[in-house]
Amino acid sequence: MRVARKLAGEGSFYTAVVLLVLFAAFPFYWMVITTFKTDADLYNLRSNPYWFNAAPTFEHLRYLFEETLFTRWLWNTALIGFCVVAITLAVAVPAGYSLARTPGRVGENLGIGIFLTYLVPPTLLFLPLSRVISDLGLQDSLWSLVVVYPTFTIPFCTWLLMGFFKSIPREIEEAAIVDGCTVLGAFMKTVLPLSLPGILTAVIFAFTLTMQEFVYALTFISSSEEKPVTLGVATDLIRGDIFYWGELMGAALIASVPVAIAYNLFLDRFISGITGGAVK
Amino acid sequence: MTAIATTPWLARSRLLLDRPEFVGSLFIAPAIIYVLVLVGLPLLLALYYSVSAYSIFNPSFTFVGLSNFRDVLDSEIFRRTLLNTFVFTIGAQTIGLLLGKIGAMLLMQEFPGRRIARALVVLPWAVPVSLATLAWLWMFDSLYSVINWTLAAAGLIDPANRPQWLGQQDLAMIAVTVVHAWRLFPFGVVIFLAGFTSVPKDVLDAATIDGAGFWRRNYQIILPTMLPIVVIALIFGTVFTFTDLSVVYLLTKGGPINSTQVLGSLAFQVGILSGDVAHGAAICLFLFPFLLVSVIVLLRALRRREI
Repeated sequence: MRVARKLAGEGSFYTAVVLLVLFAAFPFYWMVITTFKTDADLYNLRSNPYWFNAAPTFEHLRYLFEETLFTRWLWNTALIGFCVVAITLAVAVPAGYSLARTPGRVGENLGIGIFLTYLVPPTLLFLPLSRVISDLGLQDSLWSLVVVYPTFTIPFCTWLLMGFFKSIPREIEEAAIVDGCTVLGAFMKTVLPLSLPGILTAVIFAFTLTMQEFVYALTFISSSEEKPVTLGVATDLIRGDIFYWGELMGAALIASVPVAIAYNLFLDRFISGITGGAVK
Repeated sequence: MTAIATTPWLARSRLLLDRPEFVGSLFIAPAIIYVLVLVGLPLLLALYYSVSAYSIFNPSFTFVGLSNFRDVLDSEIFRRTLLNTFVFTIGAQTIGLLLGKIGAMLLMQEFPGRRIARALVVLPWAVPVSLATLAWLWMFDSLYSVINWTLAAAGLIDPANRPQWLGQQDLAMIAVTVVHAWRLFPFGVVIFLAGFTSVPKDVLDAATIDGAGFWRRNYQIILPTMLPIVVIALIFGTVFTFTDLSVVYLLTKGGPINSTQVLGSLAFQVGILSGDVAHGAAICLFLFPFLLVSVIVLLRALRRREI
């Protein structure tokens, strides 16, 4: 009797887990199966959509890489990501360090102030920023995104790095200063090497935040050659009412996989970053 | 001695670099300048747009007072949009929080495959929103929707009269809310998971020995301890849903007949597609009171966290 109840309990537990995972991951299963189905199989109301009714095909992927600008968009995204990460690190590493070492309420309030700008949404800024972008002569160029994306990666990474720098004991720098380093030298020689894991986390999140953005790209860029992958796939692979679903899902899948892996690897650090170290 | 005298600048800069306050301000300055120029300044510009007659056809800053706001408020579409924005946000947050709590309680247990389950559950929140939304767009397809195929196969709907998920007003509302909730709930799961681990185990054990049951432990120990974290997560989720326009833009473009229009998508349509920047800016600024409240709540949560 007790065994039966335990089994029933376990059964409902696993059912709940499976339902939850299905709800979360089904759209991704759908991306995978659509990518490798032939058109004849995809657009047939009679066939079971959950599995292959004809042999899987690489035709959609071939079309995507050979006949569309997909590789160009991937390259654009990589380029934008690289530049944004570089700008973000150059600004956020010193800022995070400075905030971590500014004593008392001042440093903390300044830190919270910078973090709050992360809450100012693109929706509030895309109209005025499109004017700023055209004044800078960057309209319809991917460099507009390189200029604008740090507005959200800098606040986020500054906050994240501030937490990391706070965990490094001040005594280490003080020892270096006593030994004849300048404040700057002590930072470069002792703090930076110790905080490499934190800096790596900042790199990952600056890059993934950049990949997730859509609104600014949609507003600033209209030439296909300049689009990042998220925008290019969503706007250029849909022509009128004709959808290239196999290509669309293949493109979405390829662009999603690296971000999904990065997120899962750095998830715990993201959480402690966003809650400001409230969770250890 | 002569070396110092011949390079006074270097000597002075070396002295300055020895002063922590100077290095501190030097280090923080670029961040503050970047944020001021590309967030602060545009905010002011948005404010200015909203009281002007600026459009891409007539880029003049003629001051028109509050008439843009009056026009916007008078518009039936805007009032519908404002209501929609709240419905989507509250709906998605409620579903997201509930699923987040349930998911965290499930994933807290030790079971084989737990890591894989967690990795899969996090997916909707991790991948770029525009790409994930495309998958839903395909799943809601008017003809080849897998949801409709399944419902028809189960005999729940008539295949000849299948629901148009994005083409019927009420269904489109549900579709957009579900996609938002789907995107949000993994965030809830990881936040609740982090929260659970922050509750001291000995306190829980002591309470159990003293006779506290499941609900009592839940509401008198676990929830109060993790409240600050949950509030922070809730604020983030709410702000991102409330101000989002990509899900609506990709799924329905605000249609059918503006029934799924939200503040962000309406502002995009008016300010960018129609070129009426002034009215677009006025629409955006209706986000502001909401953001202000969010910021105040967030600040209180951040302060409480430190106690």
